[in-house]
Amino acid sequence: MTVNGWFQILFFLLLVFLVTKPMGVFMTRVFNREKTFMDPVMRPLERLLYRVTGVDEDHEMRWTEYAIAMLLFSVVSMIVLYLMQRLQQYLPWNPQKFGPVTPAHVAFNTAASFTTNTNWQAYAGETTMSYFTQMAGLAFHNFVSAATGIALAIAFIRGIARRQMKTIGNFWVDLVRGCLWVLLPFCVVGALALVSQGVVQNLHPYETVKLVEPMQVQKTDASGKPMVDSHGKPVMQTVTEQTIAQGPVASQEIIKEFGTNGGGFFNANSAHPFENPTPLTNLIEMVAIFTIGAGLTYTLGRMTGSQAHGWAVWSAMAILFLAGVMVAYWAEARGNPLLTGVNPHVTALQPGGNMEGKEVRFGIADTALFGTVTTDASCGAINGWFDSFTPLGGMIPLVNIMLSEVIFGGVGAGMYGMLIYIVLAVFIAGLMVGRTPEYLGKKIEAYDVKMAMLVVLVFPLVILAFTAVSSVNGFGTSSIANQGPHGLTEMLYAFVSGAGNNGSAFGGLTANTLWYDTTVGLTMLAGRFLMIVPMLAIAGNLAEKKYVPPSLGTFPVTTPLFTVLLIGVILIVGALTFFPALSLGPILEHLLMMAGKTF
Amino acid sequence: MKKNLITAFLMTIATTILLGIIYPLVVTGLAQLFFPRQANGELIEAKGTVVGSRLIGQAFSGPAYFHSRPSFAGYGYQADNSNGSQLGPTNHALIDRVKSDTEALNAENPNVPVPVDLVTGSASGLDPDITPAAAKFQIVRVAKARSASQQQIAQIVARNTQGRQWGFLGEPRVNVLELNLDLNAHFPMTGH
Repeated sequence: MTVNGWFQILFFLLLVFLVTKPMGVFMTRVFNREKTFMDPVMRPLERLLYRVTGVDEDHEMRWTEYAIAMLLFSVVSMIVLYLMQRLQQYLPWNPQKFGPVTPAHVAFNTAASFTTNTNWQAYAGETTMSYFTQMAGLAFHNFVSAATGIALAIAFIRGIARRQMKTIGNFWVDLVRGCLWVLLPFCVVGALALVSQGVVQNLHPYETVKLVEPMQVQKTDASGKPMVDSHGKPVMQTVTEQTIAQGPVASQEIIKEFGTNGGGFFNANSAHPFENPTPLTNLIEMVAIFTIGAGLTYTLGRMTGSQAHGWAVWSAMAILFLAGVMVAYWAEARGNPLLTGVNPHVTALQPGGNMEGKEVRFGIADTALFGTVTTDASCGAINGWFDSFTPLGGMIPLVNIMLSEVIFGGVGAGMYGMLIYIVLAVFIAGLMVGRTPEYLGKKIEAYDVKMAMLVVLVFPLVILAFTAVSSVNGFGTSSIANQGPHGLTEMLYAFVSGAGNNGSAFGGLTANTLWYDTTVGLTMLAGRFLMIVPMLAIAGNLAEKKYVPPSLGTFPVTTPLFTVLLIGVILIVGALTFFPALSLGPILEHLLMMAGKTF
Repeated sequence: MKKNLITAFLMTIATTILLGIIYPLVVTGLAQLFFPRQANGELIEAKGTVVGSRLIGQAFSGPAYFHSRPSFAGYGYQADNSNGSQLGPTNHALIDRVKSDTEALNAENPNVPVPVDLVTGSASGLDPDITPAAAKFQIVRVAKARSASQQQIAQIVARNTQGRQWGFLGEPRVNVLELNLDLNAHFPMTGH
């Protein structure tokens, strides 16, 4: 670890702190439908959208209608994405002449993945998807799944803020305003900033260049297997050219981070030099991941009239973020003790550490930081492969997602996930003092706690059930790339990532099989929609309740004590549920690595 | 329900046109207008032919060139097939690979521990950079192959070394393709 590394981490957190208030105030105005400086441009566009889609912007919805509208939109747009992939050979902007996305289960998996804001990728972008599918299919979903998440969080906050009302807003209006005011303007500016640093943005065919030094490579047969001659010697060929993938990357890159989607244009995601060419783009991308999540804590405070509560939640997030990045940075900087003859130490000329699966321009600090940020939020973009992280370094992303990605969190999803934990925290506080718990003037009663528990229980259920089945069946274990405890971690991570709608992976696992495509696809759908519906039920129930003014017996939610209690609940619920699985995966692997064991 | 279903269809179409087609095309237009070099991949020309992108690494194996990091993008630095090795820290395939690469490197520059980035694969498999330590390690071999002094080669390395961006972001690095092109320009190999 270096002073410079820590400085970068703290500088990053400072930037997140600085964007919290402006973003929070702005979003409050947008969703309260107050005036903003963007109205002259966006308001006419918004009206046009309502006219062509038949939306009555003054209509208010009960939680049930809100949920139905959200589900219908998700189903329809998911089907469209599936068809688009299967028919991309007939659609424009396909200079590489890619055929349909096959087999069908990969297309299903991808459609579920992008609709649920997961962006788990069972395909490699640059060898599979046409520019049209990337833009109009995948990047489109990056916008609307993010806007859906924000809309849901706002609906939940309205549920807390409103008194004796039956409605929580209009889904279509929240969706459109999220897209037009919050996401689109930032993305245009952000995309151009990325281009200026070298992120490509074009519709050209892939570029063929003449290599400076021709290279000898082993020939492969039609199925991609390396060829050998009759004596078992590799058959070599000379390669004199390099084909460089191109595409409309920047426009997708920025929404991929800002909307915490995470689906890379290229297979290597934000490690690819055309997605993330410089340390500055790396910083922009990381700040973009946290901006909306951080801003929503301020929006929560503002809409419910308790700004100190917003900051108390922010603090809990910041503390958990720092704890995660500290462990990840420490573990990766120590390097892999099993490598012999190499110099893994920090010197003036190198950052040292565990560099397998990491890029030189980012080194250890920026890769550990990015890995923590992308899993604190439900982003899932990566700039280094978790599969090649040290066991404890790779455990941090895993644990972050297991905690339901509430550390600034996915756009919207992080906020409503955190609100579920808050409901549980005040409930536990209420049990301790023997009073009916209250939260910001609303009594938290049996119905609310039951719904919150439903949200909390669905998550480990799908993860542990599917991981267990995978780990004892050939169709599950045959996809493992790394044997030993690491193999269990690969499978566990797939379902954790799916249920958490994160989308990052221990990339060695062969994910494009019928079993994983189908089960991870279902896990993603469960992880999104089975959590949203009970969450909206709480919102609708809270909105109908009377306001109860705080009294002496009310547990205050604005104090450091509350922050500590909240962190405690998150860790107990999240970590204890998964501790047995963690001890068989990364923890065991760490102990075996220190003992010099390989697999 | 029915009204919301119709809206769901129409909203999907309308937002696809706006966010999925108009937005990326507008960004493409602006990018091509203001940053044409970057938007098209920062291609490098030498003697009239495009020889690569400044951002995309290439494989080098001859003794007279600085070598890039090991690559697991396709057959190696295959720039339409990005990937890393995906080998876990306790996988013997990783340990063995690093061991044999380290031994080969130590044959050319004995008794110096090998900088870790020189024997580990990058995440993209297209990493254009090596650390200054990895460049320094290779100076002995390159100087000999180019019949130049180590000091001369070290100067070329120094002027191709980029510090941290803004002084503190990222890590110092050496762009291998640019370094090798610079070498070819100043210390051409005889017989080529």
